[in-house]
Amino acid sequence: MNPFELTIGQARAELDGGSLSSRELTVSCLDRIKEVDSELHSFLLVTEKEALQQADEADRKIGSGDGDSLCGIPLSIKDLLCTKGVTTTCGSKILENFIPPYDATVIEKLKAQGAVILGKVAMDEFGMGSTSENCAFQVPENPWKKGYVAGGSSGGSASSVSAMECLGSLGSDTGGSIRQPASLCGVVGMKPTYGRVSRYGLVAFASSLDQVGPLTRNVTDCAMMMNGIAGYDRRDSTSIQRATPDYTASLTEGLQGLRVGIPREYFGEGLDPEVARVVENGIEILKQAGAETVDISLPHTEYGVAVYYLIAPAEASSNLARYDGVAYGYRDPNADSLIDMYRETRSHGLGDEVKRRILIGTYALSSGYYDAYYKKASQVRTLILNDFKKAYESCDVIISPVTPTPAWKRGVHADNPLALYLSDILTISANLAGIPGISVPGGFNSDGLPIGIQLQGSHFSEETLFRVAYNLELATGLGNRCPDIG
Amino acid sequence: MKITREEVEHVARLAKLNLSEEELVRMTGQLDNILAYVAKLDELDTEGVVPTTHAFSINNAFREDEVIESLSREEALANGPNENGEAFVVPRII
Repeated sequence: MNPFELTIGQARAELDGGSLSSRELTVSCLDRIKEVDSELHSFLLVTEKEALQQADEADRKIGSGDGDSLCGIPLSIKDLLCTKGVTTTCGSKILENFIPPYDATVIEKLKAQGAVILGKVAMDEFGMGSTSENCAFQVPENPWKKGYVAGGSSGGSASSVSAMECLGSLGSDTGGSIRQPASLCGVVGMKPTYGRVSRYGLVAFASSLDQVGPLTRNVTDCAMMMNGIAGYDRRDSTSIQRATPDYTASLTEGLQGLRVGIPREYFGEGLDPEVARVVENGIEILKQAGAETVDISLPHTEYGVAVYYLIAPAEASSNLARYDGVAYGYRDPNADSLIDMYRETRSHGLGDEVKRRILIGTYALSSGYYDAYYKKASQVRTLILNDFKKAYESCDVIISPVTPTPAWKRGVHADNPLALYLSDILTISANLAGIPGISVPGGFNSDGLPIGIQLQGSHFSEETLFRVAYNLELATGLGNRCPDIG
Repeated sequence: MKITREEVEHVARLAKLNLSEEELVRMTGQLDNILAYVAKLDELDTEGVVPTTHAFSINNAFREDEVIESLSREEALANGPNENGEAFVVPRII
C-alpha cells in the first residue's frame, strides 16, 4: 500500500507509531500529484518546497511527542482561502497574482497543528458555479469518469481527495459547494453550521451564506478535520462563541431512537431513479441500525433556488465591488481615468458567470427593485428557515439526495445558466437556514459514477450528522474508495 | 420582458462593468430568463414576514478593544499594481 492511500486516521496511527514519517507521506502525495494531475487538473499550484519544510517540522513535533491530530497530514486547500506568501487566485484572472500578506484563520489553525499544505486547488471563479468550469485557469476532471465534471465550486478539493492526491482538503460551501462536489466525486464533505468555522481570510462571495468545511475520504477523517478548524474567532464577528466538541468522540454511538426525517419535497420530479434508489438504501440502513423514520415536509423547498439566486448575487455584487484595480489584483494598464480604470479592470479581469451575478445582484438591490427582489427573497428565506425549525421538532436529522443526478458531462449547461442553477435545489436551503449538512458516499450508478447521500441537522448538530454518516459508511463500505486512475 | 437592454446597460454602469454588444445581448436574454424564474416568489404572500439577513443572528458582537499587530505599510502595499512606497497610485482624478 502506498502512503498516499492512507486515510487521515490510518496515517495518524502510523506517524505516531513511527512506521511512517510525514516526509515519506508528503513525498508519496507529491509523487501521486505528479503522476495523475496532468490528467486531472486539480491543483492550480503545488507548493512542494513549503510542503516538505512543513513535513520535516511535523516530524520533529511528532518525535518530541507534541503532534496534534492533523500534524504531518498532507492536505489541499481551495484557492479562496488566503495563504500567507502563497498565491490565492479564487480561480479568477483578477487575482491571478494576488499574494496574501496573511493566513486565513483556518490556515493558521492547520499550520499551528503541523498540517502539511500541498498546494491550492481549482474552483469556480469566486465560488460561483456548480461544475468548476468557471475556473479561469483549468477545469478539474471527475476522477471517476473522464470528461465528466467534478462538481463545484470546490471541484479541485473533491477531485484531489477522491484521486488520493492528498488525504483531505478544505473547501467552502455557499449553496452546496462542498457537499455537491463531494457527492459527485464519491468523498465525504461537510458544510458546518454558519458561524461554527471562522470565515476570516476566506475570500467573500456571499457573506451570510459562506462557510468553510472539510472534504475527506471517510467520515472519521472529516470529524478529525472539523476538530482542527472549528471554533470562535475574534476576527470574524459572525463566528459563534460556543464550546467545540470532539467530533470523533461519538461516531460509534448507535442510532437507537434516532428520528430520521424524510422530506417528501426532496424526492420529487426530476430526481434520477438511480439516485433515489441509493438514498432509499441509505434509509433502510439507518432503520436496521435502530433509527425510526418520520415523513416530514419542507414546503418552501421549491422557492430555494429563486431566493438563493437573488440573495447570493446581491451580496456578491457588494463584496466584489472591492476588485477595482487599486490595492491588489489585476489592473488594466490602458485606462487613463479612474472610472475607466475601474471599468476596464473589472471587465477584463472578471469572468462571464461572475459578471452575470454582479448584474443580477446590482439589479436586485437597485432603486425601485429592492423591495420586489432582495426584500422579498429575504422574507422567503425566513419561511425556509421556519420550515426547518418545524421539521426538527419531529426529527433529529433529515436524509435526502445531494443532487438530483450524478455527475454530468462537461459543457452541458454552457448556454443555459438557469438550468445549472436549478441543479442546486437540494443543497441551497441549508445555507439559507445556516444549518449543517454532510454528503457521504451512498453508492454508484450503472455508469460507475458516485452518488452521495445528504444529511442535514439543526444548528450545531454536526456530531449527530457525523454519527449517522459513520453508520451509513459502515454499512456501505464506501469509505476511502479510489477510482481506477494512474 | 422582465428586464430591457437599457436596464442592463444601466445596471452595468452602476456595477462599473463595460459590456460588449455581444455580451449585452446575451446577458439581457439570460437575465430576463433568470428574473422570470425568480418571479416565482410572487406566488407567496409574505405580508408581515420579517426578513432574514443572517440565519444565525448575533447582535452587538462586542470584544475587547485590544491593540494587536497589524500589517506593515510595506506588506499592505506589496500587492499594489502601482505604488510609490507610501500609497497606491491611481490615474489623476481632478
